[in-house]
Order: sequence, then C-alpha cells, then structure tokens
Amino acid sequence: MANKGAILESVVAGNLKSDLPEFRPGDTVRAHVKVREGGKERIQIFEGLCISIKHGGIAKTIMLRKISNGVGVERTFPVHSPNVAKFEVVRHGRVRRAKLYYIRDKVGKAARIKERR
Amino acid sequence: MLPGILGTKIGMTHLFTEEGKMVPVTVIQAGPVYVTQIKTIERDGYAAVQVGYGDAKEKQLTFPKYGHLKKANVSKNLRTLREFRVDAVDGVELGQEITADIFAPGEEITVTGISKGRGFAGGVKRYHFRGQHMTHGYMTHRRPLSSGATGPQRVFKGTKKPGRMGTDRVTQKGMQVFQVDVERGLILVTGSVPGPNGALVTINKAVR
Repeated sequence: MANKGAILESVVAGNLKSDLPEFRPGDTVRAHVKVREGGKERIQIFEGLCISIKHGGIAKTIMLRKISNGVGVERTFPVHSPNVAKFEVVRHGRVRRAKLYYIRDKVGKAARIKERR
Repeated sequence: MLPGILGTKIGMTHLFTEEGKMVPVTVIQAGPVYVTQIKTIERDGYAAVQVGYGDAKEKQLTFPKYGHLKKANVSKNLRTLREFRVDAVDGVELGQEITADIFAPGEEITVTGISKGRGFAGGVKRYHFRGQHMTHGYMTHRRPLSSGATGPQRVFKGTKKPGRMGTDRVTQKGMQVFQVDVERGLILVTGSVPGPNGALVTINKAVR
C-alpha cells in the first residue's frame, strides 16, 4: 500500500487550483468572488490587503482587509474554493511579519505599507 | 451482494463540492476482500458471508487459518477475517474478490471501528462532568466529587467514575459516501470515523 500522506494528497489533487498567482502577506490582492443571486451568477470583486495566510494545501485561506466607507472589513477566502474565480495581485508590499494583525490598530498614514520590488 | 466491506482508515482531508461547499472527508482504503466461507441456514443456523482482508506474512498465519484460506481457494495471505450477516447467500462464491465498487456516491452508510485509546481518564473527559471552578479560591478542579447519598450507604453499580476510556467498538451512523475510487479501492466518506489512522474499519450499508 502506498504511503498514507501520498494517498491523501492524491485525493485532493483534482480540487487544487494550479493557476494561482504567488502572493504573500503585505500584498494587495483582488479576489473575484462568484455571487449567486436569484439563480443568476455574477462576479464581485473584493480588493484588500493580505494580512494573513493560514494552513496549506487544500485548506489554505487568505485574509483580506480593506477600509470600506470608513469601516474596516476583513474577509477570509479559502484559496482553492470554486466560489472564488480568480485572485489577482495588485501590489506587492514589503513587510517583516507573517501576520499583519497590528495594522488593525493603525489608521491613515500609519497603515501604509511600502512597496516591494 | 455484500452489505459491507472492510478497510483501513487513511486519514482526513477536505474537498469542495461543485457548489463550492467544503466537505470534511475521511479516506478509507477499502478492500479488496475475499470470500473465505459461506454460512447457510441449513448448515450453520444463520446466513452469513465470511470475508478476509489485509496482508499477512505466511509465517504469521496459524496453521488452521492457513488451511481455512486454502480451502476457500484464496491465494493471498489474509490478515483479518470478519463475517457479514446476509439474507441470502446466492451470487457469492468462495474465493470471490469484492471491491469498493459495491458502494455508490451519496449512499447512506455506517462505519464501525475501534475508538482511540484515552488511557485512564477522569470524569470530565470521560463523561463530560462539568468540573469545578479553575479560579476564585476553589481547591478542587476536575474531581468527580460525590458518588452518592448517605442512604443508601453505598455506591450504585454503574456510577460514572474515572477509568479506562477508549478502545471501544464504536459505530458511527448517518454517514454518507462522498466519492468512490474503484481503481485504487478508496472510499471517501463524509465526516469522521472512529479510531486512529491505519486502523481497521468496517463500512456497512445503512439499515433503515
């Protein structure tokens, strides 16, 4: 019998997306979310700063934060979910931490992140 | 047709449905099992099919088991033998190979296994006793406290006490087949299954 981990990986292989862009915490990412309304499907875009990436493999999630009408909004997306049509990286940011939760306490100028080249 | 199959629990992961719903699944390496004995009402008093599963080294087989397998025309050295009760034994032959394809996606099933051993566990873990406060000056935290009254002046049999927990035969009902990979003999069931990874599990069709 093959190794247990290899079997598990092969089971989820078909569910993984292969066309994902590379993104890191600090990047500004645009998620194209499929929204179903009254039998119709359309794409809604959520653009925000990636403040955390959790888990690996099929369970990988990305947390995006944006300021909408003066209110901070955070949404977590399962990266491999079919409900997210695609991800786009808008801007690369230079940060020194894996989780940018500190940004929640910063407003305006202090919440800026330098661009990474 | 058999009502169930034997398998090995591989582990858990999750998958997405077409609607984008995430489903937790347990992967089970199911079968192949081989029919080793057919029990009939006339001869044995009940109808059942005995099947064998798993690999064993030849030197691990006892001589009686070796003879039993030889009689059933099974060339493989099977590790485990289990019986499945059936209504009728027609259509089953000695030595017949049964694979995961007896199950279809969406089918209701029950999964039986031996639960993980927890050792000597206290009342809080074993019976979900509430325990006492962790703070505010309490000097007992997870004790079972009173085991009865002053009359009758004894502890009733069956009173919940700390003790050995786990390694029990557990049947998980209301489960569903999510996917069947006939080629590799994998069955994916929704939800969790009793026992550690690598343990023997029995998948049965649900009885209404």
